[in-house]
Amino acid sequence: MTTTAGAPAVVTLRGVEKVFADGTQAIARLDLDVRAGEFVTLLGPSGCGKSTALRLMAALSDATRGTVSWPGGGAAHGEIGFVFQEPTLMPWTTVAGNVALPLKLKGAPTAEITARVEKVLEQVGLAGFAAAYPRQLSGGMKMRVSIARALVTTPRLLLMDEPFAALDEITRFKLNNDLMALASGLGMTVVFVTHSVFESVFLSQRIVVMTPRPGRVFAELAIEAPYPRGDAFRTSPEYAAYCRRASEALSAAMETRP
Amino acid sequence: MNELDTPARARRERILRLALPLLALLLGGLVWHLVVKVNDVPPYVLPGPGLVANTLVTDWPILWQSLLVTLTTTFQGLLLALVGGVGLAILFNQSRLVEYSLYPYAVVLQVTPIVAIAPLLLIYLPQHLAVLACAWIVAFFPVLANTTLGLNSVDHNLRDLFRLCGATRAQVLFRLKLPSALPFMLEGLKIAGGLSLIGAVVAEIAAGSAGAGSGLAYRIAESGYRLNIPRMFAALLLLSLAGIVIFFALSLFSHVMLRRWHESAVERES
Repeated sequence: MTTTAGAPAVVTLRGVEKVFADGTQAIARLDLDVRAGEFVTLLGPSGCGKSTALRLMAALSDATRGTVSWPGGGAAHGEIGFVFQEPTLMPWTTVAGNVALPLKLKGAPTAEITARVEKVLEQVGLAGFAAAYPRQLSGGMKMRVSIARALVTTPRLLLMDEPFAALDEITRFKLNNDLMALASGLGMTVVFVTHSVFESVFLSQRIVVMTPRPGRVFAELAIEAPYPRGDAFRTSPEYAAYCRRASEALSAAMETRP
Repeated sequence: MNELDTPARARRERILRLALPLLALLLGGLVWHLVVKVNDVPPYVLPGPGLVANTLVTDWPILWQSLLVTLTTTFQGLLLALVGGVGLAILFNQSRLVEYSLYPYAVVLQVTPIVAIAPLLLIYLPQHLAVLACAWIVAFFPVLANTTLGLNSVDHNLRDLFRLCGATRAQVLFRLKLPSALPFMLEGLKIAGGLSLIGAVVAEIAAGSAGAGSGLAYRIAESGYRLNIPRMFAALLLLSLAGIVIFFALSLFSHVMLRRWHESAVERES
């Protein structure tokens, strides 16, 4: 495993609490460091504040207490890629138009946009679909467009909010494999939110298990299998053992009382 | 078996949907004709369909001129309604203060019957402008209301994405809000087309009774005073046709604008 323990933190959360206007406490005392080049999964039951934590890291939401900081700069410079639960594409423009959006908003030159969009579409396996409209694509392909759009700016930090939750299992495995290949190839820093134990073990170097609402870190689990991982890893006893440990941690987290 | 049947059934359905209204029209015309014929109703009470058609042909030059006048007003009203409705919607969307200050009066303008406003406008404005103002007043509200709804119906995640990319206010408006609002805007325009015609007609009638004007509605009023009932019917028929054409033209426009991406315009194979 490539060790990232000594790498600089990309985003740091210290004593973060989030209370919504209606009084719901989504997150309580969350401490977390995400280091450069790391693939971290936030694993927890539905409604445990995982998505809220991700929105805090994207600066889409402000912490009620505590601090969220980006030591290398980041949030302010738009150097964060975000993949939502839904593909969230603009239906009125093509695949290329959707993927080009972050660059266009930054005012990048047209030639550069064209080249980068073409390259990133190839990376996610959508070469040849540039001119298609979102409604012509399957759910899995739409999600690939969404990932391409997040990658097109080569962000310092990629945040993914249960991106494959709505897909069927076959598509999900395929996308997990491809995301794995992409992440290990690009050496990106990824924070991935999921409630699937299997997905979290397969993808990440570190699993952060969260408690039910209000969410905080219950346990951390390092997955020390080397990248890139493929179907061989998914069927190995090692994988099964990790999944059992992660499941146990999740079950224990579910039983904690705030 | 069923799959083979489907295209044929679909075609039969289409033919029926076209043929049945025409058949009903034919039957209605026949009944109308017979009622006039059997009872020997004089034309100044109720002209038969033949006489109306005949009048349409013989009076064509004068009716055509009037139709052009009314249509010009209608389209000018519609265009102003589009500009004014979308413009106001954008203004309201950009500034809460302006929205809270002015929106109630847009509603007041909408709920006050146009027939009651027209005579007043005729006092203060030259006749052509007064008619145009009436067409605009009734037509702009559906554009405003629908565009406002559209601008507020933006996907929350897309809004977050734009924020994350550091989009400016103008970028959010032109690249996100306006495209999202387009289907709503076009739907409002479809409603506004018919209403603009109604506004123009109402104002022409009001103006006509004041002794000026040359639009189709004025012809109807004038023919009424002269007991030229066949021409009244002919002008009325022409107005209906104009309304239908406007509706279909705007529907087609909307379809062309949305056909590549919006669910309402996309044809699906079953």
